[in-house]
Amino acid sequence: MAAPMLRWVGRGRLWTFARVDGGSCHRRGAPTGSTSNRIRGQSSVAQQPLYTTQKPRKGEHKWAAVVGLEIHAQISSNSKLFSGSQVRFSAPPNSLVSFFDASLPGTLPVLNRRCVEAAVMTGLALNCHINKKSLFDRKHYFYADLPAGYQITQQRLPIAVNGSLTYGVCAGKKQSQVIPKTVRIKQIQLEQDSGKSLHDDLRSQTLIDLNRAEGQLRVDANISVHHPGEPLGVRTEVKNLNSIRFLAKAIDYEIQRQIDELENGGEILNETRSFHHQLGCTMSMRDKEGKQDYRWFMPEPNLPPLVLYDATSLPAGADPQQVINIDQIRETLPELPRVTRERLVQQYGMLLEHSFTLLNEVGLLEFFQNVIKETRAEPKKVTSWVLNTFLGYLKQQNLAVSESPVTPSALAELLDLLDSRTISSAAAKQVFEELWKGEGKTPGQIVSEKQLELMEDRGSLEQLCHSVMEAHPQVVMDLKEGNPRAINKLIGLVRKATQSRADPAMIKEILEKKLSS
Amino acid sequence: MLGRTLREVSAALKQGQITPTELCQKCLSLIKKTKFLNAYITVSEEVALKQAEESEKRYKNGQSLGDLDGIPVAVKDNFSTSGIETTCASNMLKGYIPPYNATVVQKLLDQGALLMGKTNLDEFAMGSGSTDGVFGPVKNPWSYSKQYREKRKQNPHSKNEDSDWLITGGSSGGSAAAVSAFTCYAALGSDTGGSTRNPAAHCGLVGFKPSYGLVSRHGLIPLVNSMDVPGILTRCVDDAAIVLGALAGPDPKDSTTVHDPINKPFMLPSLADVSKLCIGIPKEYLVPELSSEVRSLWSKAADLFESEGAKVLEVSLPHTSYSIVCYHVLCTSEVASNMARFDGLQYGHRCDIDVSTEAMYAATRREGFNDVVRGRILSGNFFLLKENYENYFVKAQKVRRLIANDFVNAFNSGVDVLLTPTTLSEAVPYLEFIKEDNRTRSAQDDIFTQAVNMAGLPAVSIPVALSNQGLPIGLQFIGRAFCDQQLLTVAKWFEKQVQFPVIQLQELMDDCSAVLENEKLASVSLKQ
Repeated sequence: MAAPMLRWVGRGRLWTFARVDGGSCHRRGAPTGSTSNRIRGQSSVAQQPLYTTQKPRKGEHKWAAVVGLEIHAQISSNSKLFSGSQVRFSAPPNSLVSFFDASLPGTLPVLNRRCVEAAVMTGLALNCHINKKSLFDRKHYFYADLPAGYQITQQRLPIAVNGSLTYGVCAGKKQSQVIPKTVRIKQIQLEQDSGKSLHDDLRSQTLIDLNRAEGQLRVDANISVHHPGEPLGVRTEVKNLNSIRFLAKAIDYEIQRQIDELENGGEILNETRSFHHQLGCTMSMRDKEGKQDYRWFMPEPNLPPLVLYDATSLPAGADPQQVINIDQIRETLPELPRVTRERLVQQYGMLLEHSFTLLNEVGLLEFFQNVIKETRAEPKKVTSWVLNTFLGYLKQQNLAVSESPVTPSALAELLDLLDSRTISSAAAKQVFEELWKGEGKTPGQIVSEKQLELMEDRGSLEQLCHSVMEAHPQVVMDLKEGNPRAINKLIGLVRKATQSRADPAMIKEILEKKLSS
Repeated sequence: MLGRTLREVSAALKQGQITPTELCQKCLSLIKKTKFLNAYITVSEEVALKQAEESEKRYKNGQSLGDLDGIPVAVKDNFSTSGIETTCASNMLKGYIPPYNATVVQKLLDQGALLMGKTNLDEFAMGSGSTDGVFGPVKNPWSYSKQYREKRKQNPHSKNEDSDWLITGGSSGGSAAAVSAFTCYAALGSDTGGSTRNPAAHCGLVGFKPSYGLVSRHGLIPLVNSMDVPGILTRCVDDAAIVLGALAGPDPKDSTTVHDPINKPFMLPSLADVSKLCIGIPKEYLVPELSSEVRSLWSKAADLFESEGAKVLEVSLPHTSYSIVCYHVLCTSEVASNMARFDGLQYGHRCDIDVSTEAMYAATRREGFNDVVRGRILSGNFFLLKENYENYFVKAQKVRRLIANDFVNAFNSGVDVLLTPTTLSEAVPYLEFIKEDNRTRSAQDDIFTQAVNMAGLPAVSIPVALSNQGLPIGLQFIGRAFCDQQLLTVAKWFEKQVQFPVIQLQELMDDCSAVLENEKLASVSLKQ
């Protein structure tokens, strides 16, 4: 993916080199934290503990694993990192290719301002130091989908360095305990994406798509194992992992493979591997893609150093269109997810895992907050309805929050009716189901059309109870003979007769009174 | 009319003494007559005539676009021209037709200039003779001048004059020959280590290399991105200023162009008085290889300034002797990188081998590039290898900084302009030139010019006088970065003092057929 964070489209990438401190023992035995380090030539990976495959038998050492991630994320931008051509998902192959993208001789890169802003924002969100001056480099290799023979990246002096991301890992019996973790970010760099190769083995052909807007995320994982207290092991790099699930599987597999290899007297080669997701294993990549001699990184001569400003260094009278102000970007930074989650827990007494759910579904938090704004109902009630009922309906029909037929206002009104005891919980569910049909009726209209109001008239309810008792003498008899559970049957019968409009507590009270009289 | 300067012919067009179409046809006919010079790789006759027609309409309607409207120009064949083949004189790009115009080409067209064609060069501009392109060497028009031929007759040792033709210098030799032989009024060259100034000196022209960042490189097929600059070849300094005025300025497509406002157009004042000027003479440029004639003219030029009241100082550029080696490392490294895109996949030459992608790359590049290009790619990749990077590339970058600082220090000491030779000697015969290989020649011929590219400064070669053999000799002025106008103003004053003679090609033009007859054996098949 080249494009996620910002609008970088197809060609931009963010590389995050995170390095994590101590990993933790995981039930499956994989270290949770990843870490990262740079791709090549970095010796100092953090010392980390921990990973034990099974209980060490006598005479056996524990193993520790070190994991570093190189994350390629596509910036969400309208045009590419270095050219004006558009970025659009699933556009026809080679339909969004400028002369520069095709590397026609004489073309030059022009840096996309939006991508720089996105990189700065990402750096700020990840607690990085933003370099006021950063440089671009060329990384050379011959490959058919790399038409210039080099990739423009930021190797020597990237836009952001030394950051960290704090997150929580759920643990405990019910996964209800959240253990805080911190992963260190080594650097964030802007990088041009390569094209896409499609190999047609049947015809021995390779087709190239230079649109370069592929997925959303791609991760290379660097993994090694060693005995705690001893030098770090030789690492391997598992390339092109494109989902979190495969990433975890690949890391687990590779750690175990390395341990097995070493315990059987083998050795680990410093090599590039790929993850086979059907077989669930990693395999050595023996082709060119695996072993490339990048030559050394040469400065990109066509892009001057990227200079950023802050409030103190901004030159007087600078054209805002010509300069990028870090402080200005900081002001536009939205509340970060960690802060939001803490706020939700504190403000609404919500469980932490509920706050995760609210944030993980696009638009759900906003929906929740809009409901809260408009209803008198308790936040806990709102949380429960949004996470259980509302999210349940969405999931069942595979809809996004934005596609929901129920608006926050409608749900708020519904919860108000419930809160004011105008309707029962059961009736509320019915109303919600009606709302989901999207016929444009308000909860109030539905309640009155269907006559779902709670029966507030005690006299009529007493009358109804009386009729039910008379119609079911056998049940009354049971009850009088000492079967206390029989009263539930009577309550159910009364509720049914009221079409769930009566408060069960009031029914019970009336019935008990009548029975004892 | 053909012998006039751009400014003169521009005035003639405005006054209606000649129409753009008449002018265009005269130039086209002269291009045909001088075909044996091998100055052009492609002659864009139809395009030029159509442009002339449009220009003519504008003049009739009183809507001329300015000084360049209707003026025939030529462009070195390493500038992209939309719809017109752009070869870099290489097999690799034979048949390559760019879909866009280089910014400088577009600017010339926007001002109404007529594009006569694409001029010859050393393959990918790598060379100092214009002898190493796939379309054959360019011949120096001065080989056929009255001035040179008369001197040859006096020399009892001279051999067959027709096989003893001279090189133009390079790598923009085609552009130099095109202007020198009157087939156009100005031409674009490119200048990475002296490729515009060197042939200008050998062909008796003004050859101007602007400050790096003043003129867009977008569309110039690169040799060394950090040193390349579009160059201007004209018959006089005022003409160079007119063309610079049309080309200079920031380009959103080239992030290395500068945004600071510059005075446009570049109107050059006529200096009446040089007494406030300080001219620097770099002592390190007095090398043993310098011919006595050039040395003597250099010294006379310094005397001239001094006698007219200017202050003339000896200055030191202490890192000069490391410059050529440093240039070689940086140049070949960028070449290795820039040439990587020529892999036969998308454009240009592709070999017949399809065993594997790698085999196809290798054969395509072997067939597509000549020895010089391949040699520079190999050297460059060697310098970029991880184990060599620090020892070569990084060191060379540091030396480059020292060289740039040398100039800064000289200018900070009060010097306005530096005065140096452009070349070691006048143009040599082709047969003499090819006794040495391209690399040796480039190292010798770029000696006075490449340091300027490493420092990004403006420099101009001005023809000074004819040598004893009747051949032009040029001297170089170097200015402060972005003080291009000041530099050209001084050059204009100097040009006026020296009164360099016009090339006398009448005989050649009257008797082209005879020349062509004699040239048959030596000439190479032309692609037009």
